[in-house]
Amino acid sequence: MEFLNDVLVQPFADMAAAPDFLLQVLWEGLVGGVLYALIALGFVLIYKSSRIFNFAQGIMVVFAALTLVGLYEKGVPALLALPLTLVVMLILAMTIERVVLRPLVNQPDIILFMATIGITLFLIGFGELIFGGENKVMITEQLFIPTGSIVFEPFGGFVSIEEKDLTAVIGAMVLVAALLVFLNKSKIGRAIRALGDDHQAALSVGISLSTIWVIVWFIAGVIALATGIVWGARAGVSFALEVIAFKALPVLMLGGLESVMGAIIGGLAIGILEKVFEIYWGQPLLGGNTEAWFAYMLALLVLLFRPQGLFGEKIIERV
Amino acid sequence: MFYRTAGQFKTSYEADHALFPVRQDAILLGVILIFAFVIFPFTASEFAFRALLIPVLIYSLAALGLNILTGYAGQLSLGTGAFMGVGAYACYKLVSIFPEMNIVVAIALSGFFSAAIGVLFGLPSLRIKGFYLAIATLAAQFFLVWLFQKWAWLYNYNASGAIQVPNIDLFGITVAGPRATAMAQYYFVLCVVCAITFFAINITRGRIGRMWKAVRDMDIAAELVGINLMRTKLMAFFVSSYVVGIAGALFVFLWRGAAEANLFDIPLSFRVLFIAIIGGLGSILGNFLGAILIVALPVIISSVPGAFGIPVDSAMVEHLNIMIIGALIIAFLIIEPHGLARFWAMIREKFILWPFPH
Repeated sequence: MEFLNDVLVQPFADMAAAPDFLLQVLWEGLVGGVLYALIALGFVLIYKSSRIFNFAQGIMVVFAALTLVGLYEKGVPALLALPLTLVVMLILAMTIERVVLRPLVNQPDIILFMATIGITLFLIGFGELIFGGENKVMITEQLFIPTGSIVFEPFGGFVSIEEKDLTAVIGAMVLVAALLVFLNKSKIGRAIRALGDDHQAALSVGISLSTIWVIVWFIAGVIALATGIVWGARAGVSFALEVIAFKALPVLMLGGLESVMGAIIGGLAIGILEKVFEIYWGQPLLGGNTEAWFAYMLALLVLLFRPQGLFGEKIIERV
Repeated sequence: MFYRTAGQFKTSYEADHALFPVRQDAILLGVILIFAFVIFPFTASEFAFRALLIPVLIYSLAALGLNILTGYAGQLSLGTGAFMGVGAYACYKLVSIFPEMNIVVAIALSGFFSAAIGVLFGLPSLRIKGFYLAIATLAAQFFLVWLFQKWAWLYNYNASGAIQVPNIDLFGITVAGPRATAMAQYYFVLCVVCAITFFAINITRGRIGRMWKAVRDMDIAAELVGINLMRTKLMAFFVSSYVVGIAGALFVFLWRGAAEANLFDIPLSFRVLFIAIIGGLGSILGNFLGAILIVALPVIISSVPGAFGIPVDSAMVEHLNIMIIGALIIAFLIIEPHGLARFWAMIREKFILWPFPH
């Protein structure tokens, strides 16, 4: 009984007792979720257009953020460093397409997946060689991101919202909206979706595979840069950021590998739920740090009922 | 020429199904075994044992376990490291609860613990397929490593949170713990690896292996011809996790001597996956070739600048090492996606035909 009470009753009593704290937890979870969603978005774009499960998205986030900060430290003004970083990401996209993807066209999925892990290792070594392994501070002020915090007092309590988190959430929403318009309305967006549906059919109507791949990897690079700025502002820029790639995987699985909407909703759901679980169940009952596995267990449970994820395309198998 | 098979007639089905239908294969293996059992131990230094020979064998065994699951039964697993951890922790608990237990028995039993957990996390494979299945093994990976950290009973409530291998004797010779010599450990690992490899070769070329391959190539078709999918997939998870668990127990008891939970984290899983893929999925020989490459590369890379007298600091070597390994993985995948085992197959083919081109 004691145990059931601890699991089923006490957490909710805690929530009701301190609604302002719950709001704070929800907000923190939401911000985390936005970041997961952004990374998952990079995955989804590449998966949609090329059926490549891009493990390197996490390291691209680190690499983009490091390039930005590194350029600034070399004396480049912040507002010039931003477009320069974009150029670097474009070069990276072209190099990856030329050196890795083009020779591996038509290989089994697992081989391409391994190749992206190879890219990850290469970028880790390369990045540490150039920028050093130590933690760096994101140039938040120089990019005109507000750093104060807004304090609410609902229910006579106290909720603090950092302005940079708010900026992150709004920025992410704008980015996602722009991306959706781009994918659904522009000519290139249509070409990307066509490639995702059927490579050969897309090629036969004159869509260039390599151009689209460069574009897609570049967009993934832009998303990586945005994620890197936002996450770097919260936690500093270092290779420890790479672990968020592992956070994006369950988000993807939960939402479905092909779905942009799934990535966003999956990201927000996992961000909020894992925070709530950690605070109200994980720390009092399980010794904490449950965020390491909660997202995976949740995704696993959902997949047992919907093997293609919440919003994924129905898997049709023919013999 | 060197591999001429002409004249080796088979007069019965048994002879045709033998382990080595081609005589030269058996001779080659014999030479390799003589090297492994006799020549290496007398020529290798302590450093070579610790840095090359023992890790190559243990990583080969882990990759072999993964290959049974991913290469033969077609179920992608990214949680090998955690299953190795289960084997290691189970062996540690067995040894500390029953100090009298023979180390061979303890290691053999510890495999069953990881096999049971492997089957548990293999259950979703009946519904979830392909990359989505990676989530099940990743869930195992992160959950188990978390458990290794939080469940103090597993490491006997040590203040350090790490497991320390005690001195363990086998037939009067210390094989594990700080007192053990590298040579004794090498022989122990070699015997275990040989036994399991022999078992794996036979299981993969028999009825069970053919069932696994059928499921790998298309599971619905396999089901239609009467293969019980649940039994086949779960058996693959069982056998694979058993081998991986034993590799984990050897990893800690016969090589590292001590282990913390984060040793079994995702980099270990990826390392074993690299070995299996670079070696060649669906091949036994490939695991050994891949392990030799992945274990020897860092050692070679870090010794090259010193040999040329170029002063390079160790952090730089580390970074270069990661970079080169990443680049090599990509290069190998581009040159031969089927792995090193395919290279050997092509060389063998050439030897058979030589000196004629076709």
